[in-house]
Amino acid sequence: MWGEVGIAAAKSLAVLVMVLNLCVVLLWVERKGSALIQDRIGANRANVFGGILPFNLGIVNTMIADPIKMFTKEDVVPAGADRLLHFLGPFLAVFPVMVTFAAVPFGDVLLIGGREIDLQVAALDVGLLYVLAMASLAVYGVVLGGWSSNSRWALLGGIRGSAQMISYEIAMGLALIGAVMTYGTLDLQVIARAQGEYLWGVVPAWGILYQPLAFFIFLVAGIAETKRVPFDLPEGESELTSGYFTEYSGSKQATFMLGDFAEIILVSALATTLFFGAWQVPFLARDGWYFPGGTHLAMPQLAVAALQVASFIVKVLLLCCFQILVRWSLPRYRYDQLMNLGWKRLLPLSLANVVVTGAVIVLAG
Amino acid sequence: MLDQYVGVILSFLLAAIIVAVMVSGSMLLGPRKRSPVKDQVFECGNAPSGPARGRFSVHFYLVAILFIVFDVEVVFLYPWAIVFRSLGVPGLVEMLLFIGVLAVGLAYVWKKGALAWN
Repeated sequence: MWGEVGIAAAKSLAVLVMVLNLCVVLLWVERKGSALIQDRIGANRANVFGGILPFNLGIVNTMIADPIKMFTKEDVVPAGADRLLHFLGPFLAVFPVMVTFAAVPFGDVLLIGGREIDLQVAALDVGLLYVLAMASLAVYGVVLGGWSSNSRWALLGGIRGSAQMISYEIAMGLALIGAVMTYGTLDLQVIARAQGEYLWGVVPAWGILYQPLAFFIFLVAGIAETKRVPFDLPEGESELTSGYFTEYSGSKQATFMLGDFAEIILVSALATTLFFGAWQVPFLARDGWYFPGGTHLAMPQLAVAALQVASFIVKVLLLCCFQILVRWSLPRYRYDQLMNLGWKRLLPLSLANVVVTGAVIVLAG
Repeated sequence: MLDQYVGVILSFLLAAIIVAVMVSGSMLLGPRKRSPVKDQVFECGNAPSGPARGRFSVHFYLVAILFIVFDVEVVFLYPWAIVFRSLGVPGLVEMLLFIGVLAVGLAYVWKKGALAWN
């Protein structure tokens, strides 16, 4: 009993640390990547206390200096703000996203000393529902952050943000129904295992082959849920200062930024799990490689598990980089365009996707 | 059955601790020099003109109401999506009717102009 609890605790800690680390990596990718896209050098120097060290920390700056700087800034709560809600805003913007990762499988199984450890914090049979339920709670962070600050900019940003997030949640939920219909389950680990099949013996049967439209809708709605360009109207720095976190400073502001990155990772992790074969490496089974043509190459289980986890992380990182690329390439939508896209384009499209998927599966047997 | 949720509860605890430390980091480590001017809310440099929590466009309420309507219907689709293979053609027809009603509702709010932003 306590052994199981210990393993679960270790797994949840590992996942949280992994997510936090990925957030820091993404912070670096974003700062250096945006510099690359905009043809400038970007952040390239940092030192401690104005130059004690004889050498330049270079690349390390964004990964270490930024968080330290944020944490040692003053925490300003504006006059007339609700202090409790002002604290709860950033907390609720990140906490639900963090706990969502508990249901996402990051590997198959790990065999240690005859014990089979499922590489998933919580093997929920309603995994996808749990993910949707938790991820949609993040809207409270935006609403509370906007409302509690007693600032007009923040309030406008908070209202815009909440309307945007709930609008795209419908399209997102409907798009995921297409994927659920394909696999007939909400258990993310079962969905991941189902993608280990092969079409005609060679093509990995990943979800995107069955549900390309669902993937497209999910990705667009997911980027809208992260409230980043081209959907960054809640933040809209050229019109709303910085939207719902205008009145936040120091580590509270950093928490909102972390929430952004955690959401990017969540969208990528879900897209990977549902549409890109989760942790599957093509032709790699639990006991080694099975190449088409009958060649078998045995491999120790530990190496297989490590490869699968690495494959999951690589896929997630690629999708994260894609989202950052989108962010730095596209201009911002107008609010009516944003709402039109959500309600008049994605919603009917995802409804059609559900109907067509259902008809194809039932009629084709 | 409930032991599935051990990992969820542990994640809740750990995430709550990590995020709470992160949010309160500046309160613990940062300097504290308050002044009436610094405490003012930001309104582009002008003195704030009264409390911010005023009225806003009715459109946002409308979006919230529409969200509840459509999201509940999406929730109804999930159980069906899992078992619809075993329901066969009758299940599909019933759900097509349901989605049809949903689509008519969408067309109605569309025509009524509830989705129009000017």
